[in-house]
Amino acid sequence: MTGQTTVSAATSATDAASAPLLEIRDLEVGFTTQRGFVPAVRGVNLTLGQGETLAIVGESGSGKSTTAQAIIDLLPGTGRVTAGQILFEGKDLTTVSARQMQDVRGRLIGYVPQDPMSNLNPVWNIGFQVEEAIKANGVAQGRDARKRTIEVLKEAGLADAGDRLKQYPHQFSGGMRQRVLIGIGLSSRPKLLIADEPTSALDVTVQRTILDHLETLTRDYGTSVLFITHDLGLAVERAEHLVVMYKGKVVEAGRSTDILANPLHPYTQKLVSAAPSLASRRIQSERRPETTEHMDIASIGARDAHLIERADEREAVTTPDIITVENASKVYQIRQGGFKTKELKAVDDVSFSIPRGTTTAIVGESGSGKSTAAKLVLKLEEMTSGSIRFDGTEIGSLSGKDLLSFRRRVQPVFQDPYGSLDPLYSVGRTIEEPLVTHGVGDKASRRARVLELLEQVALPASTINRYPNELSGGQRQRIAVARALALKPDVIVLDEAVSALDVLVQGQILDLLTDLQSELGLTYLFITHDLAVVRLIADNVCVMQKGRIVEAATTDEVFDNPQQEYTRKLLEAIPGANFHFGR
Amino acid sequence: MLWYVGRRLLQLIPVFFGATFLIYFMVFSLPGDPIAALFGDRPPSQAVILALREQYHLDEPFIVQYLYYVGGILTGDLGTTYSGRPVGDLLASAFPITFRLAMLALAFEAVAGILVGLIAGLRKGKLFDASALVVSLLLISVPTFVLGFVFQYVFAIQLGWFRTTVGPGAPLQDLILPALVLASVSFAYIVRLTRGSVSDNVSADFVRTATAKGLSRPRVVRVHILRNSMIPVITFLGVDIGSLMVGAIVTEGIFNINGVGGTVYKAVQLGEGPTVVSFVAVMVIVYMLANLLVDLLYAVLDPRIRYAK
Repeated sequence: MTGQTTVSAATSATDAASAPLLEIRDLEVGFTTQRGFVPAVRGVNLTLGQGETLAIVGESGSGKSTTAQAIIDLLPGTGRVTAGQILFEGKDLTTVSARQMQDVRGRLIGYVPQDPMSNLNPVWNIGFQVEEAIKANGVAQGRDARKRTIEVLKEAGLADAGDRLKQYPHQFSGGMRQRVLIGIGLSSRPKLLIADEPTSALDVTVQRTILDHLETLTRDYGTSVLFITHDLGLAVERAEHLVVMYKGKVVEAGRSTDILANPLHPYTQKLVSAAPSLASRRIQSERRPETTEHMDIASIGARDAHLIERADEREAVTTPDIITVENASKVYQIRQGGFKTKELKAVDDVSFSIPRGTTTAIVGESGSGKSTAAKLVLKLEEMTSGSIRFDGTEIGSLSGKDLLSFRRRVQPVFQDPYGSLDPLYSVGRTIEEPLVTHGVGDKASRRARVLELLEQVALPASTINRYPNELSGGQRQRIAVARALALKPDVIVLDEAVSALDVLVQGQILDLLTDLQSELGLTYLFITHDLAVVRLIADNVCVMQKGRIVEAATTDEVFDNPQQEYTRKLLEAIPGANFHFGR
Repeated sequence: MLWYVGRRLLQLIPVFFGATFLIYFMVFSLPGDPIAALFGDRPPSQAVILALREQYHLDEPFIVQYLYYVGGILTGDLGTTYSGRPVGDLLASAFPITFRLAMLALAFEAVAGILVGLIAGLRKGKLFDASALVVSLLLISVPTFVLGFVFQYVFAIQLGWFRTTVGPGAPLQDLILPALVLASVSFAYIVRLTRGSVSDNVSADFVRTATAKGLSRPRVVRVHILRNSMIPVITFLGVDIGSLMVGAIVTEGIFNINGVGGTVYKAVQLGEGPTVVSFVAVMVIVYMLANLLVDLLYAVLDPRIRYAK
């Protein structure tokens, strides 16, 4: 214990009398790859007391999930613990037999995984999968197990659990599935719950309800929670104690509020300044001095000053609209077995306009129709009714050559940087492709243009010969942006273009986008579910719900004075939004 | 579900008529005179030829011959071979033998293939896995007749474990060796399919979650890995039932089995329309039933596959 006190500020801050439930000492975990042994966790120490909540924060690849998986011996592939101890109630879990570990899992340590879509077995019904856990951990058998299954699911927030036991995962929404997984994780009242990014795959509003519920349950049962997340705002809001991991090491540990107010390590400082939810509060604070009293970390990051400056510039000039959408609707016919169909109004009588050289954001939950709206503007889907004018021309009737020139001027960037690049095309060929399609220039001039684009998106010229699988998510998204820029478009439609990225990378891409906008006079239509990002980049916001625009105004108006209940709900759901830094 | 099965069974009717019509037409169009082929070097008298022609309606146009045939089927008469044996008899003697051989081969390839594939998939990259891959590659590349002769020589002639050829009535113990030969290639494919599918599922998120729930390893393998890995294997087995049931000319030849393959082969050579068509029609039906069975198994294995009610 002697060497521990310095690193584990977590314990020192709490009741020193209670023995820690979980104590990780000098943990080292590595993976054997074809290029030899790769360490993933390098000397991690952390302590979690009874009934406490501790969050491990870090970007992907920081070793946070690996640390969590090492605790219950669920390391993927070739991963193994090479040194250190994991003391759970004083017993070292790295030395127990497979049989003993089986008793620990589920019974003493529950686990809630990241992605509700892939973590339930698609071929077994929900009841079976919960009951299985209950039986395996000896909580109840036979008919009692069935009763307990219903109880567990009701506790997890599935009110109609009794009727839904026979249903399969594909008949549940993402949020419902995550409730099932939480139910499974807590079904035998474990002492510790490991929640590995439990809501990162969910909508921001669903995320809030689920985390609130999880918090209530674990508080009621006195369960300790080890919370893994990449979202600093979320971590601060949900856990008393933070451990910040970077490249396999703990770089900072302590009370959440302390770390946020006074981040010591440069990485933590970067993380604090990049976390969009927090950054957006800072922009607001600098603009409106009356709110700064809550935030004394407001001055970090030169980028924000730059953003604010730009925002002020934008406000000064009024520009003509480049895109005008009037009463646009999109109706899908949904087959309901046999010849019956149902109408689904994905976009319902939507009107908005985008001034040239500005950014308009459409926000909403999944299913709100925001992506369909983007597809209408891109003319990838045909409108059912209404009109969309681009630079004065109605796009509904465009065809042939006119359509091609419209496509040249309006380019998309999509969400998934892994899926939107052809893995068999080199970077150079990917960026060049639109130029070839539109017959721009000859081989030499196209190559020159590709190099110029790579420079614009701040990638080295050598990237030209590489392939998508050799690049990181952020680099791939830069390539997607470069490809969109290739034809010198006027408008770029960004459909959740930064949602799949880590916060730091997200910040970099947003920076890049704003720089490109001022450099090239681009107009952005930004589709996102993340209001925090909107604050950073958008001039105007349209809030969509069930296919309709329920609120449309400038970004400041929407954030400072939301008119609709729904908008307020979305705003409140931003992790960390309600957090007061000065406390 | 019942409605679905009923609809699929009704589909058999047009397919049956379509298939028999096509096959009949193809046999009709084959070059050569069946009567001449029957008698070989010593042609019979003109009167005999004419009588035979009339008996088998060979002097009528194609469509009339086909209608005679269909009329016969509907009254339960499948016609006779040119040597005077009823086709119905031939079917009744050949199909049970082939059926037994096919089921034996199917059982062997399914049980052994899935087992070996499962172990290989769970121990990916280890010795067992590597050996399974090499053996399956060998089995796929060696032609059936080579393997047939090798098995016959080693197990029947040298070791004396089995009889060299299949005796009259094709008793089950005589069929073991040919069934092994017949199953070998499919066995190799099943090993590879199962292995691939299992090794994908081993690293699936829901398998990790199942382990985190506190389930024992055997239960995780049985309940969460094996069942999810069976879909591609079932597809393959379904197609394979079909091809096993239509007989195996080479294997039947080596082990002297009077099954479907050899019978159809002889009938095609002789241009015996009724025999060929009846056999092929039964094969088509068997094939379709096997496919129906596979589709139903899908629904059992994977609830996401839903049929319109």
